[in-house]
Amino acid sequence: MSEESFDAERLEELLRPVVDRHGGDPLQLVQILRETQDVVGYLPTAVLTAIATALRLPRAQVEGVAGFYSFFHLTPPGRYRVLFSDNITDRMLGSGELLDRLCNKLWIERGKVSEDGLLSVDRTSCTGMCDQGPALLVNGQPLTHLSGERIDRISELIRAQVPLADWPAEYFRVDDNIRRRDSLLATEWPAGEALRAALARGAEAMLAEMKLSNLRGRGGAGFTTAVKWESARRAPCHGEEGLRYVVCNADEGEPGTFKDRVLLSSYADLVFDGMSVAGFSIGASKGLLYLRGEYAYLLPALREKLERRRRSGLLGRALCGQVAFDFEIDIHLGAGAYVCGEETALLESLEGRRGIPRIRPPFPVTAGYRGQPTVVNNVETLCKAALIAIRGGAWFAGLGTKQSTGSKLLSISGDVERPGIYEYPFGVSVEQVLQDCGAGNAQAVQVSGPSGVCLATHEFSRRIAFEDVPTAGAFMVFGTHRDMFEVARNFAHFFKHESCGFCTPCRVGTSLVANCMDKIAKGLGTQYEINQIFKIHRLLHAASHCGLGQAACNPLFDTLQKFRPAYERRLCSLDFEPAFDLDQALAAARQMTGRNDPGAHFGLAARLPGVAS
Amino acid sequence: MDAPITQRKLRLATASLAGCFGCHMSLLDIDERLFELVERVDFDRSPLTDIKHCGPCDIGLIEGGICNAENVHVLREFRRHCKVLIAVGACAVNGGLPAQRNHLDLGLCLQEIYLTAPDIVGGQIPNDPELPLPLDKVHPIHEIVRIDYFIPGCPPSGDALWKFLTDLLDGRTPRLGHPLLHFD
Amino acid sequence: MKQASILLDGLPVPFDAGQTIMDAALAAGIFIPHLCHHPAFKPQGSCKLCTVKANGRYVSACTLPARDGMEVENNTPDLNDKRRTLLQMLFVEGNHFCPSCEQSGNCMLQALAYELEMLSPHFDQFYPNRPVDASHPEVLLDFNRCILCELCVRASRDVDGKSVFSLSGRGINKHLIVNAESGRLADTDFDWADKAAQVCPVGVILKKRRGFAVPIGKRRYDIEPIARQVESLAARRADDMGHGD
Repeated sequence: MSEESFDAERLEELLRPVVDRHGGDPLQLVQILRETQDVVGYLPTAVLTAIATALRLPRAQVEGVAGFYSFFHLTPPGRYRVLFSDNITDRMLGSGELLDRLCNKLWIERGKVSEDGLLSVDRTSCTGMCDQGPALLVNGQPLTHLSGERIDRISELIRAQVPLADWPAEYFRVDDNIRRRDSLLATEWPAGEALRAALARGAEAMLAEMKLSNLRGRGGAGFTTAVKWESARRAPCHGEEGLRYVVCNADEGEPGTFKDRVLLSSYADLVFDGMSVAGFSIGASKGLLYLRGEYAYLLPALREKLERRRRSGLLGRALCGQVAFDFEIDIHLGAGAYVCGEETALLESLEGRRGIPRIRPPFPVTAGYRGQPTVVNNVETLCKAALIAIRGGAWFAGLGTKQSTGSKLLSISGDVERPGIYEYPFGVSVEQVLQDCGAGNAQAVQVSGPSGVCLATHEFSRRIAFEDVPTAGAFMVFGTHRDMFEVARNFAHFFKHESCGFCTPCRVGTSLVANCMDKIAKGLGTQYEINQIFKIHRLLHAASHCGLGQAACNPLFDTLQKFRPAYERRLCSLDFEPAFDLDQALAAARQMTGRNDPGAHFGLAARLPGVAS
Repeated sequence: MDAPITQRKLRLATASLAGCFGCHMSLLDIDERLFELVERVDFDRSPLTDIKHCGPCDIGLIEGGICNAENVHVLREFRRHCKVLIAVGACAVNGGLPAQRNHLDLGLCLQEIYLTAPDIVGGQIPNDPELPLPLDKVHPIHEIVRIDYFIPGCPPSGDALWKFLTDLLDGRTPRLGHPLLHFD
Repeated sequence: MKQASILLDGLPVPFDAGQTIMDAALAAGIFIPHLCHHPAFKPQGSCKLCTVKANGRYVSACTLPARDGMEVENNTPDLNDKRRTLLQMLFVEGNHFCPSCEQSGNCMLQALAYELEMLSPHFDQFYPNRPVDASHPEVLLDFNRCILCELCVRASRDVDGKSVFSLSGRGINKHLIVNAESGRLADTDFDWADKAAQVCPVGVILKKRRGFAVPIGKRRYDIEPIARQVESLAARRADDMGHGD
C-alpha cells in the first residue's frame, strides 16, 4: 500500500472505529497503533498524524511509541512478513540454514522487502516455541517444526500468494508438550472453582492463606506474593475514581521460556481465576492481561474464554452473586519488546507509552497502572494463587522446599529427547531434570534464560529453588557437541536488540559487547576483547537502570568462567588486532579506480616502493 | 629526585598521517624548549628530520587518523619500532576532521568529484599505483594498533605537548589537567 | 529536631525531606558528575554519570531520595572509572567532533571528559549517520552530538507546553525526533525563545548566524573546570538562559 492512497477522509474512515473502540483514550495508544496497523498494513506518517490528532497527543509522542516496538512498521513490510525465531535453540535446530534457504528460494535479502512488496524475511527474538522449533511467525501466526521440505513448500505458497487461511493447518499446530505434571498441571479445575473458594474464604482470610503458602513470584525475582498483595490492599487509591488493578504479566519474552504459553492455551480459566482471586483479595475491580505480541494467535481463544466467564457470572458486576465484588478483565497485546516483561516497563506499555522501566520507588503496589495501587504477577504465580484459594496455604507450603514452596514449571528445550513442559516440586536437582527429559550428553544448562545462569557439569547436582538456582522457567540444554561461545554470542545479540536504550550503559554497552563477540567470532579477537567484556560487564551490572542491563553480560561472564576454551581457541594473539578488515576497507576504492595492483590489496602492499619496510 | 630515570638519550619519531601538520606545528611551538628536548632525545623518522623510515625508537608520536593504505603501513611500522606509541591530536584520537566524511559513500564521492561534477570533461578516477588507495572509512589510530597514550586537542598546545613529554621523559605518569587538556 | 544528613565521601551533608542525593550535594556545593540532570526538571536518571554508591549499592544520585545517615561514596577511583567509561560510550555512540562545534568550551559532555581526564574514546567509533536539520530559520539541529538526555524533551513538554521533541527508536537506534509529519523543525512551533532551546547540555540545538562570539579558550569550562562551578549548576532554573551567554 502506498503513502499516497491516504486522503484525510479515508483515514478518518479507517481510524474512527479503532479509536472509538478505545474510547479515544490516549493511554490505549499501543492497542490503537496495533489495531490500526492490522487495518492499514503498516503505520504511515499520515496515519500517525491522524492518530495523534484523534487522541490529542503530540505527534512526536505517537511516532516515538510506534518507533519503539519491533512489531510496528513505519514503512510497508512485505504482504507476507516472515520472522524466524532467533533463539539459540532455533539456531541449533537449523533455523539459520532454513532462513537462507527461504531467502534463496524467493530471491530476497534478509531484512529487506522484496521489490514487488510481496514479502520480507527477517529474524525476531525467541517466539516461545523452543520445544517445537525451528519456528517462525508469518504475519503474526506461529509456524512450528520447520524443515527444509516445509520451507520449500512455504516458499511456493508465498510465491503463489496463497492466503494464510489456506495454508495446511498442521503448519500452525502448536503443541503443549506437557511431559511431567505435578500439583498444578495434574488436576483440571472447573472455571470459577478457585474464585468461589476465595469468595467463600473472604479477602482477609484469603490473604492469610497466601501468607501461609509462602508463594513467591514465578517470574524470576521471587518476591513474596502475599507481601505484594497486602501492600496493594493497604495502599490508598488516588483521585476520585481511584481503583486498584491486577496485572497479569504474560509478556513471556525470556528466550527459552514457553510455560505461560501452555498455561494460557490449556489452563486459561485458572489464570483468569487467579487474577480474579487477586482482585478480590486486594480490592481491585479491574484486571489486565498483558499478552506478548508473539502470542497474539492466542487472543481469539482467550477472548472467547472471557466471554464465557462473563456469561456464567464469573466476570462483570456482582460476580458469583457477590454484590460487593465487580471484576473485569481486559487483554492488552504487546508489540515485540522483551523489556516490557519488566513490570514497570510493562505498566508504561499498558499506558500506551514506550516500554521504559520506571524509576523506583514508587513501586507498582503503591503507584502502578494509572498511578493506582497495582499488583503485577506472572501467569504461573496467579495459577498458583488460584490453587491456594482452592486447597489452602498450608497444603501449598507443604510442597517444595521451606524457602521455595510449591512447584515450578520448567520449559525444557535444546539437546534433549523430550522437550516440553515439566512440572516439579521445588528442590529438584538439575541432574534429575536432565535424566527425565533425556539429556544424555549435556555439557551445560542455561537456567532462566540469557539473564539467568549457565551451569556446567560440575554444578548439575544443584537444585532448582530460590535458595539455590532460581528460575523463571527456561531450561536450555546444550550437548557436548555445542559451541558455548556461539550460545553466548546469540545471547549478546539478543540483549543488544532488546535494550530499550534508556540508560547509557545498557544502550551502548550491549552493542559494544556484541561487537566484541563478533570480532572474536571472526578470528580477530585477543585477550583485549576478553578484558573489555569483563569491564563492560562490571559497568552494566553496577550502573544499568533495570535488570535487563544488569543481566545483559551474565551469559558472557558465565561462559568465560566455565567454558573459557571455547573463547580461547578463537583468539588470534595475546596483543591486539583491529576489528575491521583492511583489505575490505579498500574494496570500494579498488572498484572505483579499477586498480588491482599489489598496492591496491592491503596484504601485498608492503612491497610498494616508499611504503613500509 | 629530579634525576631522569635513564641517562641514555631516547629516540623519538613522529609522523603525520591523515592530519594537517597542525600538531607538528604545535610541537615547534614549544619554542626554545626545543633545545632542551634535543638535549634529551634524538629524532628518528620525522618531518623534521626527513628520515623516511622509522628505526627502533623509544617514543613515537602520531598525528592524524587513518584514511588510506599508506597510513596503515606507516602506523604499523611505528608500532613495530616504538616502545611507546602516542596518539597526538583530535584526528589521531577520534578521526577528527577527515572522519567527517564517514557518513558518505566513498564510491559516490569519487564518482562525483572525478566523473560527474559539472566542470569535469572526460574525467577519470586517479588509478596510478603510486597513489595510496583511500579506505572506505577514516579511523582513529587506536582502531588499527594498540596505542599507549593519547594527547587530545586540535591541536594540543605546545605547553600540553611539553608537559606530556617531560612527564614521560622524567618517568612520571603523564597527566594533562586544566587548562592543558582540551578537545578543541 | 536534628537536621537529617547523609555522609558524602565522609562529609556530613544536610538535606530536607524529599531531596535526592544530587539535590543535597548541589546545595552543599559538592560536585557529582551529571548530564541529564537539571535542577529545574523532573529527574530522569538515564545518563548514569551520577552513579554513586549509597550504603554499598550503586544508585543514581539524581533519583534516589536521601535518607538520614546514608553513607554515599562519590569521588572514588572506582566510580570515576565507571563514569569515564560512560563518557567514552557517549563519545563513540555519536559524532563528537569538538573542534567544529560551536558549543565547544560550553559543553557539559566535554567539560566532564576534562574533569574525569578522558583522553581517548577508547572504544571503536560507531560513526552513525545523523543528518543535521537546518530547516528552521533561526535554529540548527545537529543530531550528531545528541546524548539523549531528554532535557529538551522535558523542557518543551513541561515548561513550553509544546512537546516539540520526543524520542523514537529503541536501543542503540534510539534518536531524537521533532513534532512534525515532515520530521523538520521548521514545521513545528519551535521558537528560539522556548526553554527547550536553552537546555541542551551539548551542541545539538544551536542559534544560526551566531558563531564564536566568545573565542575558544575563553568559554565557560575553559575558564574554570566544571567541578568548580557547582554553584551555578545548582542555581539553574527553568527560566534562565543557557548557551554560556
